[in-house]
Amino acid sequence: MSTIAHDHAPGVGAHDGHHDDHAHHHPTGITRWLTTTNHKDIGTMYLWFSFAMFLVGGTMAMVIRAELFQPGLQIVDPEFFNSMTTLHGLIMVFGAIMPAAVGFANWQIPLMIGAPDMAFARMNNWSFWLLPPAAMLLVISLFVPGGAAAGGWTLYPPLTVQSGMGMDFTIFAVHILGASSIMGSINIITTILNLRAPGMTLMKMPLFCWTWLITAYLLIAVMPVLAGAVTMLLTDRHFGTTFFNAAGGGDPVLFQHVFWFFGHPEVYIIILPAFGIVSQIIPAFSRKPLFGYASMVYATAGIAILSFIVWAHHMFTTGMPTAGLLFFMYATMLIAVPTGVKVFNWLATMWRGAMTFEAPMLFAIGFLFLFTLGGFTGLILSIMPVDVQMQDTYYVVAHFHYVMVAGSLFAFFGGAYYWIPKWSGTMYNESLAKVHFWSSLLSFNVTFFPMHFLGLAGMPRRIPDYAQQFADWNMIASVGAFWFGASQLLFLYSMIQCARGKGEKAPARPWDGADTLEWTVPSPAPYHTFETPPQVK
Amino acid sequence: MTFPPFIARPRLLPASLAMAFAVLVSPAALAIPDWNLQTPVTPIARQMADLHLYIFWICVAIFVAVFGVMFYSLYKHRKSREHKAAHFHENTIVEIVWTVIPFLILLFMAFPATKTILAMKDTTAPGLTIKVTGNQWSWGYDYLQEGVSYLSNLSTPVAQIENRSPKGEHYLLEVDNPLVVPVDTKVRVLLTASDVIHAWWVPALGVKQDAIPGFVRDTWFRAEKIGVYRGQCAELCGKGHGFMPIVVEVKSKEDFAKWVGEHKAKTQVAGGDPNKVWELKDLVVTGERVYAANCAACHQPNGKGVPGSYPALDGSKLVRGPKAAQIQIVLHGKPGTAMPPWSQLSDVDLASVITYTRNGLGNKTGEAVQPAEILAARK
Repeated sequence: MSTIAHDHAPGVGAHDGHHDDHAHHHPTGITRWLTTTNHKDIGTMYLWFSFAMFLVGGTMAMVIRAELFQPGLQIVDPEFFNSMTTLHGLIMVFGAIMPAAVGFANWQIPLMIGAPDMAFARMNNWSFWLLPPAAMLLVISLFVPGGAAAGGWTLYPPLTVQSGMGMDFTIFAVHILGASSIMGSINIITTILNLRAPGMTLMKMPLFCWTWLITAYLLIAVMPVLAGAVTMLLTDRHFGTTFFNAAGGGDPVLFQHVFWFFGHPEVYIIILPAFGIVSQIIPAFSRKPLFGYASMVYATAGIAILSFIVWAHHMFTTGMPTAGLLFFMYATMLIAVPTGVKVFNWLATMWRGAMTFEAPMLFAIGFLFLFTLGGFTGLILSIMPVDVQMQDTYYVVAHFHYVMVAGSLFAFFGGAYYWIPKWSGTMYNESLAKVHFWSSLLSFNVTFFPMHFLGLAGMPRRIPDYAQQFADWNMIASVGAFWFGASQLLFLYSMIQCARGKGEKAPARPWDGADTLEWTVPSPAPYHTFETPPQVK
Repeated sequence: MTFPPFIARPRLLPASLAMAFAVLVSPAALAIPDWNLQTPVTPIARQMADLHLYIFWICVAIFVAVFGVMFYSLYKHRKSREHKAAHFHENTIVEIVWTVIPFLILLFMAFPATKTILAMKDTTAPGLTIKVTGNQWSWGYDYLQEGVSYLSNLSTPVAQIENRSPKGEHYLLEVDNPLVVPVDTKVRVLLTASDVIHAWWVPALGVKQDAIPGFVRDTWFRAEKIGVYRGQCAELCGKGHGFMPIVVEVKSKEDFAKWVGEHKAKTQVAGGDPNKVWELKDLVVTGERVYAANCAACHQPNGKGVPGSYPALDGSKLVRGPKAAQIQIVLHGKPGTAMPPWSQLSDVDLASVITYTRNGLGNKTGEAVQPAEILAARK
């Protein structure tokens, strides 16, 4: 990795000329964004869209925490509360985290492998423009008779067969989001396999490209499975089938098997791109090459493969045969091995480096620390007899927010601060970003750490009201949640300032330890880059 | 279960905030709210708790070791201390070591866990078998050999939930009819559900098992201590999910036998002489209680239902029409909807609640439904 030399044919000065050449072929205003096939435009749209969805899903989280601030029903009725937890989950997973990862891929993969654009530029446009209608379906479903889906983001029947037409909106939204993800993945795989610059062998690719390549394969493997599951749900609801109804020879648990066959790889779909981002940031700010590059690639592949054989650990309390319990427990525990390898490699990268702690590095370290904590609770949950006490409690809620919020989201914040100089040409405000980091870190822990205690003490998840012995931790968690929510406005402000060019102008390579190809083009990256591929030695 | 004394205090917002802050900054200064697994009272629950602690401490040890290294590095290897970056980036031996060691640690976790799983799955030779049925939103208990069966509903008054009266000690964790079991007896629990998936969870007993409509699953527990243990439904089952607690009363074997006898007698009185003709107003009084326990969650206390989800009874054609059709639906449920069959209720309860809906909730048919009619309709 450290031996890449960049010999990009169009000199830095030539880029501006290129930019002007192409600019007048393109429509401006809204049509530019509707018709664009440029990976940078599309990446930008993905990122803004996902942040908008993050705010929508976050608002729902605020409603949830407001209701749970004290025992008793105060703000919303139980059915609406269930809609909030359901939509919060769906919107955060499918609307915020996944599109954000695709946004990073769109911007960075062509720049990092020396490609001029994504392989299927028009399909790229279509993948993005499928998202807003899907998001609208989810939001509109709140206002249809019977309300939005309220069966949890996992959509378990028969409860979801009972509910009103909001559920159908949700099913169609999931179909559309799945189609978008599949197209995005095909695009990413083709781009990585076919458009690498001469000399950029697979084992020389930046790790971010590797983790996304593997993620894309996971997506292609499991999104159709989810589509199948929700389609069966749809036909059970409206066309008289009984896939999930015992009275007609079906089985409600079948849905859970199919759903989690999608759902567990989905967890890695969410985290692997984050691993990739962190694997770029830590070497850059340690001024030292990534330790164990090859073993990082193998560990990522190992995690991906294992993710297909652990799904039933989400179903330990459904009543499985002993052999099934043991198999899924052992397989789940095994995931700790490749994950551990990754953590050790990151630490070895930092070891004896020359570290500085700008915002991207802070978020990467925050990620490392808290993601690992979430990994440990995951290991505890994998032990089936222990899981029996924790399944469907706040312990699980704490666990997956540690890996998704402090894991993926923190890595994405780190990535955004790391690359925003390249994207916008403007440096972000470092002090504000540090405040954002520390405020998020502290409030995150105030919110989610007490949830471990709630789960252990016996509070089930997805309940709008609770017994009195849970009151104190809930109040603390709610205070933390409002603080965390407010902290994210700092990020929004920082990014808007960069987008408007308010701030210091960014040099081509603002981070002296960063050595990947994107830092060889000027900041902001010209509209078209690497039209003549760079030579990678 | 006992709660720390400050729990029962009326909670005013500023006071609570101050306390939240106090707990946050100095957990030792006040009694710490519940933060660990409830005290186990069965061998399995104890194994679960021990296993949790064992693995927890292994994790803590690894965490401290790994992040000790990280924080040392963060402190020592920083540019501001003019540390020069080394350039190593590969070491096969190290990679092998940190792959193999975690694997070995996992073996030490898997071994005791496997033993517990094998014990948990052994449901043979029970001393008592109870069938538990999850309903939206109550639990049905059937003692298969003893022939006792009843429904168990949340008994917390709505006024407490809606903050109109102070919350009791067992707010949301109290029921009208708890499950009663003898101490030191292997109780096998057969689980199913009538509508959607529920999960029967009592932390102190170490039991959590999904109740799946159309299927029967089993689990077991052997309570070693007389007492009252509380749990909740642990699988999202609709809007009443947070309001279907489980209370298990563990009695001495003699008290249990006495309870079975009393309960049978009581059921016979309540199930009563089906030929007795009841007064309309008596039926309405009993019916109101049955309605509040079983029907109000969906059809609402005022009978107005929830548009789009649960039909109104107030003004309903079915309720104001001929009795027979309504009796059929209440007894057998309405397939494809959330309306379950209610045949497990006694004839008197059913006759009362139907009479109540026909003469309360804005309806006034003036007709009484007698237990005998229910009995006839059951056949």
